[in-house]
Amino acid sequence: MKRRNFLKACIIGGATISLGKTNKGWAAGSFEGYPEAMGVLVDTTRCIGCRSCEAACNKEQKLPEPETSFQDRSVFEEERRPDSKAYTVVNEYEKKQPGGPVYRKIQCNHCNEPACLTSCFVNAYTKTKEGAVIYNSKVCVGCRNCMIACPFNVPGYSYESVLNPIVKKCILCYDTRLKIGKPPACVDICPQEALTFGHRADLIKLAHERIRLSPDRYYDHVYGEKELGGTSWLYLSRTSFDKIGFDTTLGNEPIISNVKEFLGMVPMVLSIWPALFSGIHLLSKGKHDDHGEHTESKQEDH
Amino acid sequence: MPSYKPLIFGALLLSMSASYPMAASCMSAPDSITLNANGKLFQPFEFNHAKHIQTIRECSDCHHHTTGTMVLDPECVKCHANSSPTAVVSCKGCHTNTPFSPEALAEKRAEKQRFHLDKMGLKGAMHQSCIGCHTKQGAGPTGCQDCHPRSKAGDAFYNSDKVAVKSHKKGH
Repeated sequence: MKRRNFLKACIIGGATISLGKTNKGWAAGSFEGYPEAMGVLVDTTRCIGCRSCEAACNKEQKLPEPETSFQDRSVFEEERRPDSKAYTVVNEYEKKQPGGPVYRKIQCNHCNEPACLTSCFVNAYTKTKEGAVIYNSKVCVGCRNCMIACPFNVPGYSYESVLNPIVKKCILCYDTRLKIGKPPACVDICPQEALTFGHRADLIKLAHERIRLSPDRYYDHVYGEKELGGTSWLYLSRTSFDKIGFDTTLGNEPIISNVKEFLGMVPMVLSIWPALFSGIHLLSKGKHDDHGEHTESKQEDH
Repeated sequence: MPSYKPLIFGALLLSMSASYPMAASCMSAPDSITLNANGKLFQPFEFNHAKHIQTIRECSDCHHHTTGTMVLDPECVKCHANSSPTAVVSCKGCHTNTPFSPEALAEKRAEKQRFHLDKMGLKGAMHQSCIGCHTKQGAGPTGCQDCHPRSKAGDAFYNSDKVAVKSHKKGH
């Protein structure tokens, strides 16, 4: 009787969990970010590559001194990516094209459904209601899963710090500015207003309006509106986005959609498998029970 | 009557601000304007307005629909075909210093009917106007320090002492 009750409980438990899993799984796919989330629209047609945003970020986030000054344009000779010493970098593209060069600022895009957050098993990442993806170095164990998970190759790792290695990336100036309603330091400094700060929903409308008013100036796409479920940073470009270093093969499904089926299975496996295998074990043990009694009686005889 | 003092002062200010633009019509445009007056990283500088009037000869190239020949841009004509010159023609009269302040963003959100929701801030408007035209015409300064030399604070901000060998050669 005990065994039967146990197996019954297992089936009920498993059914409940699989139902719960389904609801949760679908909810992740329809999430479109927080309604009040802020964002930044980068108009690459306006950027002149002055690198002021890099300097402002360096000072605001108290990052180490750069190797060469922020007015040094020789850095454009190679394509750079953000790291633990620079949360944002500007790269030059289309150098010899008639409309060029084109400059593109890179930093964390602050995804609506961040892959870094999904991949982190200690919950070091938080998506705030203001739209920023922030990071808590106190709980980080330095596994660097987030660096592998990020589709934009953004998080940097401070390898040089041996005692307290931490992952570093743009936090949208959350602590010092965004939290109190101020735009990030890079937006504030930009002389060309290539960076426009505002509510993400408003920025999307504004971006499409710019395309509508100047169809010759813009390629008809807002990068980040839908990519990987949408990002807080949005981009406008004169040419197709793959020409200025964007990955246009990412699709619109957030990373979590690829793993949610698997992640949904984890609690099921954890709860059903022990019960199932215990059940099987008990069943098989049941057959042995007769032998057991037999041996026991034998032992008594001795 | 100390309580009336701010009122009188306010009224004086109002009358001044009302009468000043009248005087500053196209006829009495300033010859020189100090720009970047409150600049911290870059120094204030004199903008030679007279020289630009001589070269461009068309006020509306910079001042849009506020002064000079009225606009010809088909998108602007929709509303501004018959709009008369305005009292305020200076850049800062329309382009705010703080385009991304919480107040400015809230105002934009509240006035969904407004067409010019994408109006540039003062800094963006001036840089785009100046650098844009200078690049297009192939004349006039386009580098940062060609217009406004950096201050000491600016030098520190851009880490200008960290000069790479390559860029040093290029600069000379």
